[in-house]
Amino acid sequence: MRRTTLILIPYLWLLVLFFAPFLIVLKISLSDAALSIPPYTPQLKDGISALIRELDFENFVFLTEDDLYWKAYLSSLRIAFFSTVLTLLVGYPIAYGMAKAPDEWRATLMMLVILPFWTSFLIRVYAWMGILSNEGLLNQMLMWLGITSEPLVILNTTTAVYIGIVYTYLPFMILPIYAALDRLDASLDEAAQDLGCTRTQAFWLVTIPLSKNGIVAGSFLVFIPALGEFVIPSLLGGSGTLMIGKVLWEEFFNNRDWPVASAVAVILLLILILPIVLFQRNQQKQQEAEQ
Amino acid sequence: MKRMSWFNVTALTLGFAFLYLPMLVLVIYSFNASKLVTVWAGFSTKWYGTLFQNEAFLDAAWVTVKVAVISSTFATILGTMAAYVLVRGGRFMGRTLFSGMIYAPLVMPEVITGLSLLLLFIGIGLDRGVLTIVLAHTTFSMCYVSVVVSSRLVTFDRSLEEAALDLGSTNWEAFRLVTLPIIAPAVISGWLLAFTLSLDDLVIASFTSGPSATTLPIKIFSAVRLGVSPEINALSTIMILIVTVGVVTASLVTKRNAIRAQNDAQAAERAAN
Repeated sequence: MRRTTLILIPYLWLLVLFFAPFLIVLKISLSDAALSIPPYTPQLKDGISALIRELDFENFVFLTEDDLYWKAYLSSLRIAFFSTVLTLLVGYPIAYGMAKAPDEWRATLMMLVILPFWTSFLIRVYAWMGILSNEGLLNQMLMWLGITSEPLVILNTTTAVYIGIVYTYLPFMILPIYAALDRLDASLDEAAQDLGCTRTQAFWLVTIPLSKNGIVAGSFLVFIPALGEFVIPSLLGGSGTLMIGKVLWEEFFNNRDWPVASAVAVILLLILILPIVLFQRNQQKQQEAEQ
Repeated sequence: MKRMSWFNVTALTLGFAFLYLPMLVLVIYSFNASKLVTVWAGFSTKWYGTLFQNEAFLDAAWVTVKVAVISSTFATILGTMAAYVLVRGGRFMGRTLFSGMIYAPLVMPEVITGLSLLLLFIGIGLDRGVLTIVLAHTTFSMCYVSVVVSSRLVTFDRSLEEAALDLGSTNWEAFRLVTLPIIAPAVISGWLLAFTLSLDDLVIASFTSGPSATTLPIKIFSAVRLGVSPEINALSTIMILIVTVGVVTASLVTKRNAIRAQNDAQAAERAAN
């Protein structure tokens, strides 16, 4: 009896507030927009038979016809992919440095990586607005150094979005790589060097392959949320940056087209399934390796 | 002790400079006398003054804290239950769906979670306001809590619980007197995580809030869309300060406890010899 209640309470909560909403999104994505409240048809009150009869794939067809949508999906995938690569390039040396740091520093370094994670995401993105703008600190510095005579336009471009994603998601990349490097047995690296590898060779042939799990985990932890990102493109990207999270938001709040917004969400989820499944498999493999 | 190579020192210095300089700039410019955020015109604390007279911000801050406290408390209770079910529940019908529902919100884009919850609330005719934000935040934070708590439960020595049961305590007593004190640090970090996630959330709150309830992130977002403002810098500085004090204190306490535990262990060892 006790056990059943214990299972039922969180189970029902998630069924009602997580699972059911998805079925609603799926259902509305197959409905038509209408001038009513709520603005779609058919609705539940129209009866089950009307509900089933009137469902169609019009919205999905519409998504393929208007090139805004597939351009937004492609551009999101591209931005998420390249910012993941950039985050890896920035994060790996930091994680490596942390793993090689003296033991008494580690707790402090760890805290310094985690601290930004607890700080508001919105504030961390906002911080870059003042730095990257035309009169911003970066341009002031570049002009003072004489590197450019004209201010560089960075804010409201895709470059600013890359900077924003790398900056805000960096801790997600550093932590799993650090965890992998920390577990690494230093004597393996020494053995490789004793056997005639140079330090660079030992790094590429021993350290990198053995930290692969951390690299994969970190990359997915950046790629997956970056794909649906809304705050960064809308604050740093300007009108020129096309990302699907922003398109969904605007479709819903500005155009009030709920069926199309729902269809956009359904496709985004379908795109995310592959990386999520790969991520889960990597985590499972890692857990098995630890046991 | 190995010396660190120059490469590692450079990587760490540049890396942490990249992580912290933008926030430092934000803090410095919150003390700028000029309204133009990019021109330095002398030291001033006037933006803190105007911030504390801004009723709209204060109201939003109050709503945000209220939502965060309530939702993180519910999330901690539900999340701990869910963790217990996942780790100790054994087999039951729909277990795969259950664990799927626990892990999915962690990787779900916020725009989708927000959109789907809004459609649910409208579908069942629930007016949007503080209640709907609390429901939304509880739902996604309980998943984070359950991940944190279940990772602690997995390493937990079950025989302690069994001993309590053998000695005549009920299931609930065994949980309250044995299990809970041991998993308490994970439960507390789960609560803190849920609290921060709720304080921080813009997207889901925007979808699920109505005109009657505006949270601080929503307020900040609509202000900064128009550009950089010194008041927001002042507000950010206060938030950064609170987080920094919290995290530094937490890590000092952890460190002290670790040292104490080590000393205790050494003392016990000496006593045994």
